[in-house]
Amino acid sequence: MDIRRDIYQAIADPTRRAILTLLAVSAMTPNAIAGHFGSSRQAVSKHIQILAECGAVNQNQRGREIYYQLNIDKMKEIDHWMAAFRKLWEIRFDQLDDLLKDL
Amino acid sequence: MTNNFVFEPDLAAKKIHIVREFNAPVEKVWRAWTEPELIEKWIAPKPWTAKTKIWDFSVGGIWLYAMVGTEGQKRWVYAEFTAIENGSAFSSTGMFCDDEGNPVRTGPKSYRDTKFSSISGNRTKLESVITFEEAATIKMFVETGFKEGTTASFGNLDELLASEQMRSPLFTVK
Repeated sequence: MDIRRDIYQAIADPTRRAILTLLAVSAMTPNAIAGHFGSSRQAVSKHIQILAECGAVNQNQRGREIYYQLNIDKMKEIDHWMAAFRKLWEIRFDQLDDLLKDL
Repeated sequence: MTNNFVFEPDLAAKKIHIVREFNAPVEKVWRAWTEPELIEKWIAPKPWTAKTKIWDFSVGGIWLYAMVGTEGQKRWVYAEFTAIENGSAFSSTGMFCDDEGNPVRTGPKSYRDTKFSSISGNRTKLESVITFEEAATIKMFVETGFKEGTTASFGNLDELLASEQMRSPLFTVK
């Protein structure tokens, strides 16, 4: 099976979810992100790397600093699938309503 | 009459909470969930149909059914019952299947706890919690259980998702 990184791996880890929440507010440098966590800079930087590989964040060079920002389109991918799953249940329940009327 | 539908993903916990009320007594709703010939009438989004191959409603028993498309294409769904409280609750473990309907035991699993309770007006409240082993499983569930079915029945899924009734249930990304 192809195990290339996808957006679901981005959100599978609590630290990565926390990073995404931070980036939802504003773009940040790796140092600024690491400042929010108790873990080592290397550990945080590994998470950022995975997020970048998943397409959850984009890099932006500003002067000498690299900023990371949230890739909103990628995050919407999750929303999209969740909405589809929700719709499936809505349809099932509506069909169940019909069945119960005649039961 | 409102049915108080709730669909609440909690991705941090890899859970989805589903709540729904039905305008029927709990005995009938229980039957609709536990008699295969009744389940077949609502579980597949039309025009897909459901065909049960194995039904053994006992702890350790399994339920294997196929969602069948208009061109005969089959999507197998496998569940193993892990707990049953007759008339009020049951739990099951879901697994993905290959094309012949054999469960992939090494693959990602999902766990579902469903309970039924009587509410005023001779109505029924259903509460179901689906727990996924991995967040990615949610995507696979949608893809195997739904994508083909709805693109067939609704024409265009994107159109459906863009329609006003589709609320974004998960993130409100600005």
